[in-house]
Amino acid sequence: MQRYSGFGLVKHALGHHENWERQWRNPTPKKRYDVIIVGGGGHGLATAYYLAKEFGVKNVAVVEKGWLGGGNTARNTTIVRSNYLWDEAARLYNHSLDLWKGLSQDLNYNVMFSQRGVLNLGHTLQDMRDIQRRVHANRLNGIDSEVVTPQQIKAIEPALDISSRARYPIMGASWQKSAGVARHDAVAWGFARGADALGVDLLQNTEVTGFKIRDGKVLGVHTNRGDIEANTVGCVAAGNSGVLAKMAGIRLPLESHPLQALVSEPLKPVLNTVTMSNHVHGYISQSDKGDLVIGAGIDGYLGYGQRGSYPTIEHTLQAIVEMFPMFSRVRMNRQWGGIVDTCPDACPILSKTKVKGLYFNCGWGTGGFKATPGSGHVFAASLAKGEMHPIAAPFSIDRFHTGALIDEHGAAGVAH
Amino acid sequence: MFYIHCPYCQEHREEEEFHPRGEAHLMRPTDPDNATDEEWGDYLFFRQNPRGIHHELWVHSVGCRKFFNITRNTVTYEILETYRMGEQPSITAETEKLRKEQGVQTADGGWQTIGAQPDSRALNEETSS
Repeated sequence: MQRYSGFGLVKHALGHHENWERQWRNPTPKKRYDVIIVGGGGHGLATAYYLAKEFGVKNVAVVEKGWLGGGNTARNTTIVRSNYLWDEAARLYNHSLDLWKGLSQDLNYNVMFSQRGVLNLGHTLQDMRDIQRRVHANRLNGIDSEVVTPQQIKAIEPALDISSRARYPIMGASWQKSAGVARHDAVAWGFARGADALGVDLLQNTEVTGFKIRDGKVLGVHTNRGDIEANTVGCVAAGNSGVLAKMAGIRLPLESHPLQALVSEPLKPVLNTVTMSNHVHGYISQSDKGDLVIGAGIDGYLGYGQRGSYPTIEHTLQAIVEMFPMFSRVRMNRQWGGIVDTCPDACPILSKTKVKGLYFNCGWGTGGFKATPGSGHVFAASLAKGEMHPIAAPFSIDRFHTGALIDEHGAAGVAH
Repeated sequence: MFYIHCPYCQEHREEEEFHPRGEAHLMRPTDPDNATDEEWGDYLFFRQNPRGIHHELWVHSVGCRKFFNITRNTVTYEILETYRMGEQPSITAETEKLRKEQGVQTADGGWQTIGAQPDSRALNEETSS
Protein backbone atom coordinates (compact mmCIF):
# COMPACT_ATOMS: atom_id res chain seq x y z
CA MET A 1 0.00 0.00 0.00
CA GLN A 2 1.24 3.44 -0.88
CA ARG A 3 1.21 5.43 2.36
CA TYR A 4 -0.21 8.94 2.19
CA SER A 5 1.71 11.86 3.69
CA GLY A 6 2.35 15.53 3.16
CA PHE A 7 5.70 14.65 1.65
CA GLY A 8 4.03 12.21 -0.75
CA LEU A 9 1.64 14.92 -1.86
CA VAL A 10 4.55 17.22 -2.76
CA LYS A 11 6.34 14.37 -4.54
CA HIS A 12 3.26 13.54 -6.63
CA ALA A 13 2.65 17.21 -7.37
CA LEU A 14 6.01 17.21 -9.13
CA GLY A 15 4.79 14.28 -11.23
CA HIS A 16 1.51 16.11 -12.04
CA HIS A 17 -0.39 13.59 -9.88
CA GLU A 18 -0.21 11.00 -12.63
CA ASN A 19 1.42 8.19 -10.68
CA TRP A 20 -0.92 7.58 -7.75
CA GLU A 21 -1.51 3.90 -7.06
CA ARG A 22 -5.02 2.49 -7.21
CA GLN A 23 -6.44 2.39 -3.70
CA TRP A 24 -7.51 -1.25 -3.92
CA ARG A 25 -7.36 -4.19 -6.31
CA ASN A 26 -10.29 -5.59 -8.26
CA PRO A 27 -9.64 -9.32 -7.80
CA THR A 28 -11.34 -12.38 -9.29
CA PRO A 29 -13.12 -14.41 -6.62
CA LYS A 30 -11.18 -17.36 -5.20
CA LYS A 31 -12.96 -20.68 -4.69
CA ARG A 32 -12.65 -20.57 -0.93
CA TYR A 33 -12.19 -18.06 1.88
CA ASP A 34 -12.05 -18.37 5.65
CA VAL A 35 -14.69 -15.67 6.08
CA ILE A 36 -17.12 -14.06 3.62
CA ILE A 37 -18.65 -10.69 4.45
CA VAL A 38 -21.83 -9.96 2.49
CA GLY A 39 -22.19 -6.22 2.00
CA GLY A 40 -19.45 -3.74 1.14
CA GLY A 41 -20.66 -0.73 3.07
CA GLY A 42 -18.89 0.92 5.98
CA HIS A 43 -19.76 -1.77 8.52
CA GLY A 44 -18.84 -4.66 6.21
CA LEU A 45 -15.53 -3.10 5.19
CA ALA A 46 -14.71 -2.25 8.80
CA THR A 47 -15.44 -5.86 9.78
CA ALA A 48 -13.08 -7.13 7.06
CA TYR A 49 -10.40 -4.61 8.06
CA TYR A 50 -10.42 -5.52 11.74
CA LEU A 51 -10.60 -9.26 10.94
CA ALA A 52 -7.37 -8.96 8.98
CA LYS A 53 -5.65 -6.44 11.20
CA GLU A 54 -6.51 -7.47 14.74
CA PHE A 55 -7.75 -11.02 14.58
CA GLY A 56 -5.30 -12.54 12.08
CA VAL A 57 -7.96 -13.71 9.60
CA LYS A 58 -6.58 -12.50 6.29
CA ASN A 59 -8.29 -14.87 3.84
CA VAL A 60 -11.45 -12.78 3.71
CA ALA A 61 -13.79 -11.72 0.90
CA VAL A 62 -16.21 -8.80 0.94
CA VAL A 63 -19.03 -9.52 -1.51
CA GLU A 64 -20.85 -6.40 -2.72
CA LYS A 65 -23.62 -6.31 -5.34
CA GLY A 66 -22.98 -2.71 -6.34
CA TRP A 67 -19.94 -0.67 -5.48
CA LEU A 68 -18.19 -0.11 -2.18
CA GLY A 69 -19.94 2.28 0.19
CA GLY A 70 -22.75 2.95 -2.30
CA GLY A 71 -25.67 2.38 0.05
CA ASN A 72 -26.39 4.04 3.37
CA THR A 73 -22.71 4.78 3.95
CA ALA A 74 -22.97 7.36 1.18
CA ARG A 75 -26.45 8.54 2.14
CA ASN A 76 -26.39 9.38 5.84
CA THR A 77 -25.94 12.71 7.58
CA THR A 78 -22.57 11.69 9.09
CA ILE A 79 -23.34 12.35 12.75
CA VAL A 80 -21.13 10.58 15.30
CA ARG A 81 -22.13 10.53 19.00
CA SER A 82 -22.50 8.06 21.84
CA ASN A 83 -25.04 9.65 24.23
CA TYR A 84 -27.35 6.64 24.38
CA LEU A 85 -29.45 5.83 27.44
CA TRP A 86 -28.91 2.14 28.23
CA ASP A 87 -25.61 0.60 29.36
CA GLU A 88 -25.50 -1.90 26.49
CA ALA A 89 -26.00 0.71 23.78
CA ALA A 90 -23.75 3.27 25.48
CA ARG A 91 -20.92 0.72 25.63
CA LEU A 92 -21.33 -0.15 21.96
CA TYR A 93 -21.47 3.43 20.66
CA ASN A 94 -18.77 4.65 23.01
CA HIS A 95 -16.47 1.83 21.91
CA SER A 96 -17.04 3.15 18.43
CA LEU A 97 -16.37 6.76 19.43
CA ASP A 98 -13.06 5.68 20.97
CA LEU A 99 -12.06 4.09 17.67
CA TRP A 100 -13.16 7.18 15.69
CA LYS A 101 -10.65 9.31 17.58
CA GLY A 102 -7.64 7.50 16.15
CA LEU A 103 -9.19 6.30 12.91
CA SER A 104 -7.47 8.66 10.46
CA GLN A 105 -4.03 7.71 11.82
CA ASP A 106 -4.92 4.03 12.02
CA LEU A 107 -6.12 3.90 8.41
CA ASN A 108 -3.61 6.45 7.07
CA TYR A 109 -6.66 8.00 5.45
CA ASN A 110 -8.18 11.32 6.40
CA VAL A 111 -11.75 10.54 7.49
CA MET A 112 -12.13 14.21 8.52
CA PHE A 113 -13.51 13.31 11.92
CA SER A 114 -14.40 16.63 13.51
CA GLN A 115 -15.44 16.64 17.17
CA ARG A 116 -17.61 19.72 17.02
CA GLY A 117 -20.20 18.51 19.54
CA VAL A 118 -23.88 17.57 19.39
CA LEU A 119 -26.84 19.39 20.91
CA ASN A 120 -30.03 17.39 21.53
CA LEU A 121 -32.70 20.02 22.15
CA GLY A 122 -35.56 19.82 24.62
CA HIS A 123 -38.78 21.75 24.02
CA THR A 124 -41.08 20.47 26.75
CA LEU A 125 -40.83 19.65 30.44
CA GLN A 126 -40.93 15.96 29.63
CA ASP A 127 -38.16 16.44 27.05
CA MET A 128 -36.04 18.02 29.77
CA ARG A 129 -36.72 15.20 32.23
CA ASP A 130 -35.73 12.66 29.58
CA ILE A 131 -32.63 14.65 28.75
CA GLN A 132 -31.58 14.82 32.40
CA ARG A 133 -32.11 11.12 32.83
CA ARG A 134 -30.09 10.34 29.71
CA VAL A 135 -27.28 12.74 30.65
CA HIS A 136 -26.96 11.19 34.11
CA ALA A 137 -26.95 7.70 32.60
CA ASN A 138 -24.26 8.83 30.15
CA ARG A 139 -22.06 10.20 32.92
CA LEU A 140 -22.33 6.95 34.87
CA ASN A 141 -21.08 5.23 31.72
CA GLY A 142 -18.13 7.62 31.38
CA ILE A 143 -19.57 9.54 28.44
CA ASP A 144 -19.04 13.30 28.43
CA SER A 145 -22.54 14.68 28.47
CA GLU A 146 -24.11 17.64 30.19
CA VAL A 147 -27.37 19.53 30.41
CA VAL A 148 -27.15 23.07 29.04
CA THR A 149 -29.50 26.05 29.40
CA PRO A 150 -30.88 28.11 26.50
CA GLN A 151 -28.27 30.82 27.18
CA GLN A 152 -25.46 28.27 27.01
CA ILE A 153 -27.02 26.88 23.83
CA LYS A 154 -27.01 30.36 22.29
CA ALA A 155 -23.29 30.66 23.08
CA ILE A 156 -22.60 27.30 21.42
CA GLU A 157 -24.88 27.80 18.41
CA PRO A 158 -25.80 31.49 17.88
CA ALA A 159 -27.96 30.78 14.82
CA LEU A 160 -30.54 28.88 16.91
CA ASP A 161 -33.74 30.68 17.83
CA ILE A 162 -33.97 30.40 21.63
CA SER A 163 -36.68 33.05 21.97
CA SER A 164 -40.01 32.40 23.66
CA ARG A 165 -41.75 33.44 20.41
CA ALA A 166 -40.96 30.08 18.82
CA ARG A 167 -43.81 27.64 18.36
CA TYR A 168 -41.84 25.14 20.48
CA PRO A 169 -39.47 27.26 22.61
CA ILE A 170 -36.13 25.66 23.47
CA MET A 171 -35.94 24.86 27.18
CA GLY A 172 -32.51 23.29 27.23
CA ALA A 173 -30.44 20.56 25.65
CA SER A 174 -28.02 17.75 26.23
CA TRP A 175 -24.53 18.54 24.99
CA GLN A 176 -21.94 15.97 24.07
CA LYS A 177 -18.75 17.82 23.27
CA SER A 178 -16.79 14.82 21.99
CA ALA A 179 -19.43 14.04 19.35
CA GLY A 180 -19.16 15.34 15.80
CA VAL A 181 -19.21 14.50 12.12
CA ALA A 182 -16.95 12.62 9.70
CA ARG A 183 -16.56 12.34 5.97
CA HIS A 184 -18.74 9.32 5.15
CA ASP A 185 -17.21 8.27 1.82
CA ALA A 186 -13.69 8.50 3.21
CA VAL A 187 -14.65 6.10 5.97
CA ALA A 188 -15.68 3.43 3.46
CA TRP A 189 -12.68 4.10 1.22
CA GLY A 190 -10.24 4.15 4.13
CA PHE A 191 -11.45 0.82 5.47
CA ALA A 192 -11.51 -0.63 1.93
CA ARG A 193 -7.93 0.46 1.22
CA GLY A 194 -6.75 -0.78 4.61
CA ALA A 195 -8.48 -4.15 4.22
CA ASP A 196 -7.21 -4.60 0.68
CA ALA A 197 -3.64 -3.91 1.78
CA LEU A 198 -3.96 -6.68 4.37
CA GLY A 199 -5.02 -9.15 1.67
CA VAL A 200 -8.83 -8.94 1.81
CA ASP A 201 -10.51 -9.47 -1.58
CA LEU A 202 -13.12 -6.78 -2.29
CA LEU A 203 -15.52 -8.30 -4.84
CA GLN A 204 -17.69 -5.60 -6.35
CA ASN A 205 -20.61 -6.23 -8.74
CA THR A 206 -20.97 -9.62 -7.09
CA GLU A 207 -24.48 -10.28 -5.88
CA VAL A 208 -25.30 -13.05 -3.44
CA THR A 209 -28.18 -15.08 -4.84
CA GLY A 210 -28.34 -17.76 -2.16
CA PHE A 211 -26.55 -19.58 0.62
CA LYS A 212 -25.06 -23.06 0.53
CA ILE A 213 -26.37 -24.63 3.72
CA ARG A 214 -26.08 -28.31 4.69
CA ASP A 215 -27.11 -29.93 7.99
CA GLY A 216 -27.73 -26.53 9.50
CA LYS A 217 -24.23 -25.33 8.67
CA VAL A 218 -23.30 -22.63 6.18
CA LEU A 219 -20.78 -23.78 3.57
CA GLY A 220 -20.66 -20.73 1.33
CA VAL A 221 -22.66 -18.43 -0.91
CA HIS A 222 -24.00 -18.58 -4.44
CA THR A 223 -23.29 -15.44 -6.42
CA ASN A 224 -23.77 -14.24 -9.97
CA ARG A 225 -20.01 -14.89 -10.43
CA GLY A 226 -20.12 -18.47 -9.21
CA ASP A 227 -20.12 -20.20 -5.87
CA ILE A 228 -17.73 -19.13 -3.13
CA GLU A 229 -17.05 -21.34 -0.14
CA ALA A 230 -16.49 -20.37 3.47
CA ASN A 231 -17.47 -21.82 6.83
CA THR A 232 -18.14 -18.39 8.30
CA VAL A 233 -20.41 -15.86 6.60
CA GLY A 234 -21.25 -12.45 8.08
CA CYS A 235 -24.17 -10.55 6.55
CA VAL A 236 -23.91 -6.78 6.85
CA ALA A 237 -26.48 -5.69 4.29
CA ALA A 238 -28.49 -2.97 6.06
CA GLY A 239 -31.84 -2.47 4.29
CA ASN A 240 -31.50 -5.66 2.28
CA SER A 241 -30.72 -7.88 5.30
CA GLY A 242 -34.25 -9.25 5.27
CA VAL A 243 -33.85 -10.33 1.65
CA LEU A 244 -30.66 -12.24 2.53
CA ALA A 245 -32.22 -13.73 5.65
CA LYS A 246 -35.09 -15.08 3.59
CA MET A 247 -32.59 -16.86 1.32
CA ALA A 248 -31.18 -18.58 4.41
CA GLY A 249 -34.62 -19.39 5.81
CA ILE A 250 -34.25 -17.00 8.73
CA ARG A 251 -36.71 -14.36 9.87
CA LEU A 252 -35.59 -10.99 11.17
CA PRO A 253 -37.62 -8.48 13.17
CA LEU A 254 -36.73 -5.73 10.70
CA GLU A 255 -38.69 -3.33 8.56
CA SER A 256 -37.00 -1.50 5.70
CA HIS A 257 -38.04 2.11 5.31
CA PRO A 258 -36.90 4.99 3.14
CA LEU A 259 -34.98 7.66 5.08
CA GLN A 260 -34.43 10.88 3.20
CA ALA A 261 -31.80 13.58 3.60
CA LEU A 262 -30.91 16.74 1.77
CA VAL A 263 -28.15 19.31 1.43
CA SER A 264 -28.40 23.01 0.70
CA GLU A 265 -26.32 25.21 -1.52
CA PRO A 266 -22.88 25.88 0.06
CA LEU A 267 -22.91 28.72 2.60
CA LYS A 268 -20.18 30.49 4.52
CA PRO A 269 -19.56 28.93 7.95
CA VAL A 270 -22.74 29.44 9.98
CA LEU A 271 -23.12 26.34 12.18
CA ASN A 272 -20.58 25.40 14.85
CA THR A 273 -22.00 22.10 15.88
CA VAL A 274 -24.59 19.42 15.16
CA THR A 275 -28.11 20.27 16.33
CA MET A 276 -30.79 17.63 16.76
CA SER A 277 -34.32 17.90 18.04
CA ASN A 278 -36.59 14.96 18.72
CA HIS A 279 -39.59 17.14 19.41
CA VAL A 280 -39.74 19.26 16.26
CA HIS A 281 -37.92 16.33 14.69
CA GLY A 282 -34.98 17.35 12.55
CA TYR A 283 -31.21 17.46 12.63
CA ILE A 284 -28.70 19.66 10.90
CA SER A 285 -24.99 20.27 10.60
CA GLN A 286 -22.75 22.06 8.14
CA SER A 287 -20.26 20.15 6.05
CA ASP A 288 -16.71 21.37 5.54
CA LYS A 289 -17.58 22.47 2.04
CA GLY A 290 -20.36 24.64 3.39
CA ASP A 291 -23.63 22.92 2.63
CA LEU A 292 -26.18 22.37 5.34
CA VAL A 293 -26.72 18.64 5.82
CA ILE A 294 -30.32 18.02 6.87
CA GLY A 295 -32.39 15.02 7.84
CA ALA A 296 -35.43 14.03 9.88
CA GLY A 297 -37.91 11.17 10.01
CA ILE A 298 -38.33 8.05 7.96
CA ASP A 299 -41.17 7.59 5.54
CA GLY A 300 -43.66 5.49 7.49
CA TYR A 301 -44.27 2.86 4.83
CA LEU A 302 -41.98 0.02 3.78
CA GLY A 303 -39.78 0.83 0.86
CA TYR A 304 -36.78 -0.59 -0.94
CA GLY A 305 -36.74 2.14 -3.57
CA GLN A 306 -34.13 4.49 -2.04
CA ARG A 307 -36.60 7.34 -2.39
CA GLY A 308 -39.49 8.67 -0.34
CA SER A 309 -42.40 11.08 -0.45
CA TYR A 310 -42.37 14.85 -0.70
CA PRO A 311 -44.47 15.51 2.42
CA THR A 312 -41.62 14.00 4.48
CA ILE A 313 -39.15 16.48 3.01
CA GLU A 314 -41.58 19.29 3.72
CA HIS A 315 -41.88 18.23 7.38
CA THR A 316 -38.10 18.02 7.63
CA LEU A 317 -37.64 21.57 6.42
CA GLN A 318 -40.44 22.86 8.62
CA ALA A 319 -38.49 21.54 11.61
CA ILE A 320 -35.26 23.13 10.45
CA VAL A 321 -36.92 26.52 9.90
CA GLU A 322 -38.56 26.22 13.32
CA MET A 323 -35.11 25.87 14.91
CA PHE A 324 -33.24 28.21 12.55
CA PRO A 325 -35.64 30.82 11.11
CA MET A 326 -32.69 32.43 9.30
CA PHE A 327 -32.48 29.39 6.98
CA SER A 328 -35.98 29.93 5.59
CA ARG A 329 -34.67 31.19 2.28
CA VAL A 330 -31.71 28.84 1.86
CA ARG A 331 -32.07 26.85 -1.33
CA MET A 332 -31.71 23.09 -1.30
CA ASN A 333 -29.32 21.50 -3.71
CA ARG A 334 -29.83 17.77 -3.60
CA GLN A 335 -32.12 15.27 -1.94
CA TRP A 336 -31.90 11.49 -1.72
CA GLY A 337 -33.09 8.45 0.19
CA GLY A 338 -31.56 5.32 1.66
CA ILE A 339 -33.11 2.07 2.89
CA VAL A 340 -32.86 1.82 6.66
CA ASP A 341 -33.45 -1.48 8.44
CA THR A 342 -35.32 -0.43 11.55
CA CYS A 343 -35.55 -2.67 14.60
CA PRO A 344 -38.52 -2.60 17.01
CA ASP A 345 -36.29 -1.35 19.88
CA ALA A 346 -34.17 1.05 17.79
CA CYS A 347 -31.06 -1.02 18.55
CA PRO A 348 -29.07 -3.17 16.13
CA ILE A 349 -28.84 -6.94 15.83
CA LEU A 350 -25.36 -8.46 16.12
CA SER A 351 -26.07 -12.11 16.34
CA LYS A 352 -25.51 -15.72 15.54
CA THR A 353 -28.39 -17.46 13.77
CA LYS A 354 -29.85 -20.92 13.83
CA VAL A 355 -27.60 -21.68 10.85
CA LYS A 356 -24.15 -22.48 12.23
CA GLY A 357 -21.47 -20.13 10.93
CA LEU A 358 -23.97 -17.58 9.60
CA TYR A 359 -23.97 -14.27 11.44
CA PHE A 360 -26.00 -11.11 10.97
CA ASN A 361 -25.00 -7.53 11.73
CA CYS A 362 -28.04 -5.44 10.86
CA GLY A 363 -30.92 -3.41 12.21
CA TRP A 364 -28.84 -0.26 12.67
CA GLY A 365 -31.81 1.58 11.29
CA THR A 366 -31.36 5.30 11.20
CA GLY A 367 -28.17 5.57 13.24
CA GLY A 368 -25.56 3.17 11.90
CA PHE A 369 -22.91 5.53 10.59
CA LYS A 370 -21.64 6.57 14.02
CA ALA A 371 -21.09 2.92 14.90
CA THR A 372 -19.10 1.99 11.79
CA PRO A 373 -15.69 1.28 13.44
CA GLY A 374 -17.14 -0.13 16.66
CA SER A 375 -19.62 -2.37 14.87
CA GLY A 376 -16.88 -3.65 12.56
CA HIS A 377 -14.53 -4.25 15.47
CA VAL A 378 -16.86 -6.24 17.72
CA PHE A 379 -18.38 -8.13 14.77
CA ALA A 380 -14.90 -9.07 13.52
CA ALA A 381 -14.00 -10.31 17.00
CA SER A 382 -17.17 -12.40 17.06
CA LEU A 383 -16.58 -13.91 13.60
CA ALA A 384 -12.95 -14.71 14.43
CA LYS A 385 -13.69 -16.41 17.75
CA GLY A 386 -17.05 -17.98 16.89
CA GLU A 387 -18.43 -16.42 20.09
CA MET A 388 -20.15 -13.03 20.28
CA HIS A 389 -17.91 -10.27 21.69
CA PRO A 390 -19.11 -9.15 25.17
CA ILE A 391 -20.13 -5.72 23.83
CA ALA A 392 -22.11 -7.36 20.99
CA ALA A 393 -23.68 -10.16 23.04
CA PRO A 394 -26.70 -8.20 24.38
CA PHE A 395 -27.72 -7.43 20.78
CA SER A 396 -28.59 -11.04 20.01
CA ILE A 397 -31.68 -11.74 17.94
CA ASP A 398 -32.95 -13.84 20.89
CA ARG A 399 -33.98 -10.68 22.70
CA PHE A 400 -37.14 -10.45 20.61
CA HIS A 401 -38.30 -13.70 22.17
CA THR A 402 -36.88 -13.33 25.68
CA GLY A 403 -38.08 -9.74 25.99
CA ALA A 404 -34.65 -8.34 26.91
CA LEU A 405 -35.11 -5.40 24.55
CA ILE A 406 -32.82 -2.36 24.66
CA ASP A 407 -35.24 0.48 24.05
CA GLU A 408 -33.32 3.38 22.56
CA HIS A 409 -36.22 5.14 20.86
CA GLY A 410 -35.53 8.18 23.03
CA ALA A 411 -31.85 8.48 22.17
CA ALA A 412 -32.26 7.60 18.49
CA GLY A 413 -32.51 10.82 16.52
CA VAL A 414 -35.21 9.54 14.20
CA ALA A 415 -38.65 8.40 15.25
CA HIS A 416 -39.84 5.07 13.92
CA MET B 1 -46.53 11.38 -3.10
CA PHE B 2 -49.10 8.60 -3.10
CA TYR B 3 -52.61 9.06 -4.35
CA ILE B 4 -54.57 6.60 -2.27
CA HIS B 5 -58.07 5.33 -2.92
CA CYS B 6 -59.91 4.99 0.39
CA PRO B 7 -62.24 1.99 0.05
CA TYR B 8 -64.66 3.57 2.53
CA CYS B 9 -64.74 7.15 1.20
CA GLN B 10 -64.52 5.79 -2.39
CA GLU B 11 -62.22 8.65 -3.31
CA HIS B 12 -58.59 9.16 -4.24
CA ARG B 13 -56.92 11.40 -1.66
CA GLU B 14 -53.35 12.59 -1.08
CA GLU B 15 -50.92 10.58 1.03
CA GLU B 16 -50.82 13.16 3.80
CA GLU B 17 -54.39 12.30 4.81
CA PHE B 18 -53.27 8.76 5.60
CA HIS B 19 -50.92 7.04 7.96
CA PRO B 20 -49.20 3.67 7.37
CA ARG B 21 -49.59 1.15 10.19
CA GLY B 22 -47.36 -1.70 9.03
CA GLU B 23 -48.02 -5.23 7.85
CA ALA B 24 -51.64 -6.29 7.38
CA HIS B 25 -53.34 -9.56 8.33
CA LEU B 26 -51.30 -10.08 11.52
CA MET B 27 -52.97 -12.63 13.77
CA ARG B 28 -52.90 -12.17 17.53
CA PRO B 29 -52.24 -15.50 19.30
CA THR B 30 -55.63 -17.15 19.57
CA ASP B 31 -55.02 -18.44 23.10
CA PRO B 32 -53.12 -15.54 24.73
CA ASP B 33 -52.97 -17.11 28.20
CA ASN B 34 -51.12 -20.13 26.91
CA ALA B 35 -49.06 -18.55 24.11
CA THR B 36 -45.31 -19.17 24.36
CA ASP B 37 -42.61 -16.47 24.31
CA GLU B 38 -41.85 -17.59 20.75
CA GLU B 39 -45.42 -16.96 19.64
CA TRP B 40 -45.61 -13.58 21.36
CA GLY B 41 -42.24 -12.50 19.95
CA ASP B 42 -43.24 -13.56 16.45
CA TYR B 43 -46.55 -11.74 16.69
CA LEU B 44 -45.11 -8.54 18.14
CA PHE B 45 -41.82 -8.11 16.33
CA PHE B 46 -41.22 -10.40 13.35
CA ARG B 47 -42.43 -9.16 9.97
CA GLN B 48 -42.35 -10.29 6.33
CA ASN B 49 -40.66 -7.08 5.13
CA PRO B 50 -40.77 -8.27 1.51
CA ARG B 51 -38.97 -6.72 -1.38
CA GLY B 52 -41.90 -6.67 -3.80
CA ILE B 53 -45.61 -7.22 -3.12
CA HIS B 54 -46.65 -6.17 0.39
CA HIS B 55 -50.06 -6.14 2.06
CA GLU B 56 -50.18 -3.32 4.56
CA LEU B 57 -52.52 -1.60 6.94
CA TRP B 58 -53.24 2.12 6.53
CA VAL B 59 -55.55 4.47 8.35
CA HIS B 60 -57.38 7.40 6.76
CA SER B 61 -56.36 9.47 9.76
CA VAL B 62 -57.69 12.89 8.75
CA GLY B 63 -60.53 11.51 6.64
CA CYS B 64 -63.00 8.84 7.72
CA ARG B 65 -60.50 7.57 10.35
CA LYS B 66 -61.08 3.99 9.24
CA PHE B 67 -58.41 1.33 8.83
CA PHE B 68 -58.09 -0.46 5.49
CA ASN B 69 -55.53 -2.49 3.51
CA ILE B 70 -53.28 -1.70 0.57
CA THR B 71 -51.40 -4.07 -1.72
CA ARG B 72 -48.30 -2.21 -2.81
CA ASN B 73 -44.98 -2.94 -4.46
CA THR B 74 -42.18 -1.91 -2.09
CA VAL B 75 -39.66 -1.43 -4.90
CA THR B 76 -41.67 0.56 -7.44
CA TYR B 77 -44.08 1.85 -4.76
CA GLU B 78 -46.99 1.21 -7.13
CA ILE B 79 -50.31 0.76 -5.32
CA LEU B 80 -52.03 -2.26 -6.87
CA GLU B 81 -55.27 -2.30 -4.88
CA THR B 82 -56.93 -1.09 -1.72
CA TYR B 83 -59.51 -3.18 0.15
CA ARG B 84 -61.56 -3.03 3.31
CA MET B 85 -60.85 -4.63 6.65
CA GLY B 86 -61.87 -8.28 6.73
CA GLU B 87 -61.39 -8.71 2.99
CA GLN B 88 -58.59 -10.67 1.35
CA PRO B 89 -56.25 -9.26 -1.31
CA SER B 90 -56.93 -10.20 -4.92
CA ILE B 91 -53.32 -9.56 -5.90
CA THR B 92 -50.52 -11.46 -4.16
CA ALA B 93 -46.85 -12.13 -4.86
CA GLU B 94 -47.90 -15.42 -6.53
CA THR B 95 -50.47 -13.88 -8.88
CA GLU B 96 -47.96 -11.16 -9.78
CA LYS B 97 -45.41 -13.83 -10.72
CA LEU B 98 -48.04 -15.52 -12.89
CA ARG B 99 -48.87 -12.30 -14.71
CA LYS B 100 -45.19 -11.75 -15.35
CA GLU B 101 -44.70 -15.22 -16.81
CA GLN B 102 -47.62 -14.65 -19.18
CA GLY B 103 -45.87 -11.57 -20.46
CA VAL B 104 -48.09 -8.92 -18.95
CA GLN B 105 -46.27 -5.84 -17.82
CA THR B 106 -46.55 -5.50 -14.09
CA ALA B 107 -45.33 -3.30 -11.34
CA ASP B 108 -42.39 -5.56 -10.62
CA GLY B 109 -39.87 -2.92 -11.59
CA GLY B 110 -37.01 -4.98 -10.35
CA TRP B 111 -34.04 -2.79 -10.65
CA GLN B 112 -32.73 -1.13 -7.80
CA THR B 113 -30.82 1.05 -6.96
CA ILE B 114 -27.35 1.60 -6.02
CA GLY B 115 -26.77 4.21 -8.66
CA ALA B 116 -26.68 3.72 -12.39
CA GLN B 117 -26.94 0.45 -14.21
CA PRO B 118 -23.50 -1.00 -14.97
CA ASP B 119 -22.37 -1.94 -18.47
CA SER B 120 -22.75 -5.65 -18.02
CA ARG B 121 -26.40 -6.28 -17.31
CA ALA B 122 -25.88 -9.98 -16.85
CA LEU B 123 -23.85 -9.30 -13.73
CA ASN B 124 -26.64 -7.41 -12.08
CA GLU B 125 -29.87 -9.05 -13.07
CA GLU B 126 -32.39 -9.19 -10.28
CA THR B 127 -32.75 -12.65 -8.94
CA SER B 128 -35.79 -13.89 -7.13
CA SER B 129 -35.32 -14.39 -3.44
